[in-house]
Amino acid sequence: MNKIVSKENFSAHVVKLEVEAPLIARSRKAGHFVIVKVGEKGERIPLTIAGADVEKGTITLVIQAVGGSSRKICELNVGDEITDLVGPLGQATHIEKVGTVVCAGGGVGVAPLLPIVEAFHKAGNRVIVVLAARTKDLVILEEQMRANSDEVIIMTDDGSYGTQGLVTHGVESVINREQVDLCVTIGPAVMMKFVSALTQKYNVPTIASLNTIMVDGTGMCGACRITVGGKTKFVCVDGPEFDAHQVDFDEMLMRLSVYKEVEKK
Amino acid sequence: MMTIEELIAIRRSEPWREELRKSKKNKERADIPRVHMNELDPEIRSRNNEEVNLGLTAEQAMQEAQRCLDCPNPTCMNGCPVNINIPTFVKYIEKGDFLSAAKTLKETSALPAVCGRVCPQEKQCEAQCIYIRKMKKEPVAIGYLERFAADYERESGQISVPEVAEKNGKKIAVIGSGPAGLSFAGDMAKLGYEVTVFEALHEIGGVLKYGIPEFRLPNHIVDVEIDNLRQMGVQFIKNCIIGKTVSYENLQEDGFQGIFVASGAGLPNFMNIPGENLIGVMSSNEYLTRVNLMDAANPESDTPVLFGKNVAVIGGGNTAMDSVRTARRLGADRAMIIYRRSEEEMPARVEEVKHAKEEGVEFMTLHNPVEYLGDDKGRVKQMRLQKMELGEPDASGRRSPVPVEGAIETIDVDVVIVSVGVSPNPLVPSSIQGLEVTRKGTIVVNEDTMCSALNDVYAGGDIVRGGATVILAMGDGRKAAAAMHERLK
Repeated sequence: MNKIVSKENFSAHVVKLEVEAPLIARSRKAGHFVIVKVGEKGERIPLTIAGADVEKGTITLVIQAVGGSSRKICELNVGDEITDLVGPLGQATHIEKVGTVVCAGGGVGVAPLLPIVEAFHKAGNRVIVVLAARTKDLVILEEQMRANSDEVIIMTDDGSYGTQGLVTHGVESVINREQVDLCVTIGPAVMMKFVSALTQKYNVPTIASLNTIMVDGTGMCGACRITVGGKTKFVCVDGPEFDAHQVDFDEMLMRLSVYKEVEKK
Repeated sequence: MMTIEELIAIRRSEPWREELRKSKKNKERADIPRVHMNELDPEIRSRNNEEVNLGLTAEQAMQEAQRCLDCPNPTCMNGCPVNINIPTFVKYIEKGDFLSAAKTLKETSALPAVCGRVCPQEKQCEAQCIYIRKMKKEPVAIGYLERFAADYERESGQISVPEVAEKNGKKIAVIGSGPAGLSFAGDMAKLGYEVTVFEALHEIGGVLKYGIPEFRLPNHIVDVEIDNLRQMGVQFIKNCIIGKTVSYENLQEDGFQGIFVASGAGLPNFMNIPGENLIGVMSSNEYLTRVNLMDAANPESDTPVLFGKNVAVIGGGNTAMDSVRTARRLGADRAMIIYRRSEEEMPARVEEVKHAKEEGVEFMTLHNPVEYLGDDKGRVKQMRLQKMELGEPDASGRRSPVPVEGAIETIDVDVVIVSVGVSPNPLVPSSIQGLEVTRKGTIVVNEDTMCSALNDVYAGGDIVRGGATVILAMGDGRKAAAAMHERLK
């Protein structure tokens, strides 16, 4: 069950795993996530699905080692099994033809963005991808993005690849030159906050896929709750995608820090 | 087939039973005082996770069993949602045949050791006992005796597996492995069906595992009962969500002829007051799941949990008691129940309230939170409480609390656990097309058969009731099994 069939190191801290999960591969859609637990005493953590192969019966996960639990997953090798894997969870991305879609991804958020890019492109949209990373080595999935979109803009903090600047600069340059009908953003919460603030200024409808702390991932615990348009929502069952302009990102950032001081090593 | 009444009469007239009945006068039986449960010392238990109730000794159990008058019309059974043949199992205990007592329990209950611990017997079987109804005396301690028989069997190593009919080749799916699902699965397995239980979490047992704490219901006891179902042929599949991983249509294609939805009331309610999303404010579901299911208080576990010093639990139900007593065990100096009505209106079992008090839990009744205040990092540090007084009775018959104008106090808290009820989890109902769902999100069923708007889908437990007890959920499971069998046989 849940055997790892391939592993690729994207960078020192980011790995891509292809995991045997035929039922999830069959039922998942762009935007869905899974809950993963490694070891008997492991923690349940949510990971957005980065792709699936129905024939092979596998799903793809891209994980960045940021804490104890994500590091445990990154350390797994081909042939190892993920102790517990459940999904697909959450609401799938609402895909339709809207015109021009800018997809802005940062960090490992680029991975779950890929199936959304594919789906919007297939639905006949003009899709422009903005990929952001600190430096050239951390830019991931560029080729796959190029193959499934009309244009890819790379932004790096240090200018070692593409254009120097933040993801927001890339998005703004597109908005300034052409009509953008929708923006989709996935990445660190603080990045999404700034993308959202930017597109709000230009009145571009924007969807953000949020990755909050969860326990069960099925609506049971409420650990993932955030405020959207003044109302409390559960990311696991109401999301993970929301109208970014309605999301209280400051509260979300605060809530993400709950276990910062007690995080187990 | 025999009716329940006939079965009661036949068993009651067995020679051993008649002899036992005549061995003591009713007057003598009635003069025996009700047994007291042996308990762990509150000082010790509030610092560990050991089970609080220690059970009865064989002598205590046999003496308590003598109190039962073996009524020809045992009204206690009317109070049992799973129709346990109460006088029969009690008389087996009096006779000293504890294994037969356990077998009797298992005829109709898939989880006797669980029910013997968490059932509110004072509202069920014991409330219907002749002692309380006619004699103004304390009822026979049916719950303690049930626990005794189940524990005796488990500890004896001679666990009996109920008889299972020959396999009929018909496949049945159960969604959720909590009390409703397990009870249904047990009955269907006995009838010869091939039963598969699908569980969303990584452990079997539902609320028995993630919700009820170890000190009230140890997990290994739940596991023994689940293992018993396995031996009866029930299959369990973890990490599988019907409606997400596998669809209702997939189940039909795979040849499942009946589906029982017992997905529980997973969605925690919040009060929607300012500051409720501050760090440190969480649902009782989250708190208990972290501690019970994820073992977060154990340093070996990867899952973190906040250890508060001043912990406030909002609510007066059993889940609130479980949460506050857990907080105490996790080292809280002050563990408080904040409840807007008075103690009299508390829905929690009297026993739980008593235990909580013994363990040093503070009860702030007639107080209602109106706001949480945080520090500069967004961590809850204080809460504002509105003092309440009781007004006129409301629709539920309980006197409704009204605010005392201007009476607001502020107390220091670092963890707040909101335990003000749950709503049905929409995950399963929303993914099965054609189900009829109420405005509250519960599945609409025929009360006699538990059949939903779809003729192959039955439902029971909290997904139908919205939030009830283990035993009512189990009763639903039994009722649904009987009705589904009627349709499929």
